Amino acid sequence: MHVIETAGLTKRYPRVTALDALDLAVGDGITGLVGANGAGKSTLIKVLLGLVPATHGTARVLGHDVATDGAAVRSLVGYMPEHDCLPPDVSASDLVVHMGQMSGLPYAAARERAADVLRHVGLAEERYRPIGGYSTGMKQRAKLAQALVHDPRLVLLDEPTNGLDPAARDDMLALVRRIGTDFGIAVLVSSHLLGELERVSDHVVVLDGGRLLRSSATTDFLHATGSLLVEVQGPAGSDRRLGQALVDAGLPARPAEGHLVEVPVAGDDAARDAVRDRIRDTVVDLGLGLVRLQERHHRIEDVFRDGGAGRVDQSA
Amino acid sequence: MTEVPAVSTSPPEPAAVAPSAVIHDLGYRPYEGPRLGAGAVSWAFFVTGLRHCFGLGRSGRSKVLPMILLALMLLPALILVGVLVQAKDLLGLDEQIVAYSTYPMTTQLLISVFVAAQAPALISRDLRFRTITLYLARPLRRTTYVLVRVASLTAATFVLIGAPLLLMYLGGLLAELPAGRETGRFLGAAVGALLLAACLAGLSALTAALTVRRGLAVAAVIVVLLVSYTVVATIQGIAWDSGHDTVGEVAGLFSPYTLVNGVQVFLFDAPEATPTPPTGTAMGLLYLGTVAVLVLGSMAAMLGRYRTVTS
Repeated sequence: MHVIETAGLTKRYPRVTALDALDLAVGDGITGLVGANGAGKSTLIKVLLGLVPATHGTARVLGHDVATDGAAVRSLVGYMPEHDCLPPDVSASDLVVHMGQMSGLPYAAARERAADVLRHVGLAEERYRPIGGYSTGMKQRAKLAQALVHDPRLVLLDEPTNGLDPAARDDMLALVRRIGTDFGIAVLVSSHLLGELERVSDHVVVLDGGRLLRSSATTDFLHATGSLLVEVQGPAGSDRRLGQALVDAGLPARPAEGHLVEVPVAGDDAARDAVRDRIRDTVVDLGLGLVRLQERHHRIEDVFRDGGAGRVDQSA
Repeated sequence: MTEVPAVSTSPPEPAAVAPSAVIHDLGYRPYEGPRLGAGAVSWAFFVTGLRHCFGLGRSGRSKVLPMILLALMLLPALILVGVLVQAKDLLGLDEQIVAYSTYPMTTQLLISVFVAAQAPALISRDLRFRTITLYLARPLRRTTYVLVRVASLTAATFVLIGAPLLLMYLGGLLAELPAGRETGRFLGAAVGALLLAACLAGLSALTAALTVRRGLAVAAVIVVLLVSYTVVATIQGIAWDSGHDTVGEVAGLFSPYTLVNGVQVFLFDAPEATPTPPTGTAMGLLYLGTVAVLVLGSMAAMLGRYRTVTS
């Protein structure tokens, strides 16, 4: 059974169509939800929670229809909103206990679960201080803890790395990975940063303008493109000298990003090995240091480039 | 701590290689215990809201104002009880020095400040910090959320108004006032306190829900309550002086304090605290109806306000 299934899901606001006849099937594991700002990621999550009614179409989460059985969905799902949602004058510990109770846990169980979950997300002694004094990273952890306290079967994480510095972002992504693998909870995690989802998700769903652009396993996005990337070390302009030498040697070399040289290769393994040898020899002949010679892989962002979709932040 | 080279039968775990103090990571444990239904969830929500009204479970600063107000509410009652118990025979007293029904009217400034400060703390806070999203993403229904929030505020206000009355009642029994009569009056006053709490909580909750900014909400509630009482009291004074009692009686409908005092006069024949209490059944029923409209109307307006809140 799929964790999330939608059929012809459409959400129209007076001015914009946020979701446009979306057919989606999301399974267990970690699923990345990618799209530019305004692609419909947050709207999809809100519809799945039953917070916003769909205009047309149906959505089922864990076998429950979100339109008719919203309460059942919400008892099985944890939600980490994109925006700030924490009251400043209570401690993370008290808040998470309270939210556990709001999901139907008895008080003693909620306390125990809250302590467990806060430890897992990495909030130590500061959990007893009012949230108003927390850093952004700590707030994100507290938000994640309240989404996990009732042991949901699916968590919907809306931009969990928003506003975090690189170190805190790595921690958060590692945590998301653990939720999906060690905790055994299905995860739908949205982000507008493609590099992040490449790292943590098993499956990627790409939204664009409320429509499904692509949905496939992360590995499918990252298959080899058939070109080789060469990086050399030497005086300034070495990459251009190498490129010229390779072209002179009859290889279709072209400059790639960041002083790299890209060499498209066709043919069987023997032919590829021959090309590698020739690149190596050329580098040696020029007296340069060969730093790397590797297969070029696709990145998820190529989907956007190929699909002609709009602006996506490609940093991270 | 000495390292003992032990022969381990289980595969080595990351935690085992930590040098000194070891935190044993038990790993994630799923929850398999009971999950309670809507009733228990609402009750937990109600209790937390009630505690939060007095700053319990919130930061230290949040406790200061409500606790000071509660103490100030109890202080006059305590003094009255002391005088009653000590000097009952000396002064020839055979009833409470201040009637139960008059006490909330006398201490109305404290009560107004309490609801003005705590309604935003309970209601605006969830909207302003968008904590309401966390509630709406849980099984609790939207309507239940609104009703329980107002119920918490009503209960807290009832505690504030009722606590000094209880103190006076117990003092009265200690001073050997007629127990049956005192119990009747006290219960009547308790009903009055509950009605007043419901009116004040409904009004202030609605104001707080409409003004998301806290300071604005506090000011708005205080202005509504104090200005309405001042105007009503002025009109009643003039009406009584000039012999137009009916004008004063109708004016009494427009402040929660005079309104509920009038209901107590009508229902329980309690001593009046205004110059022109309602006279006659029709006016009494009008007072009672106004209370119902006020409470139910503010609830309906609250539900309408929250219908459009999505996140």
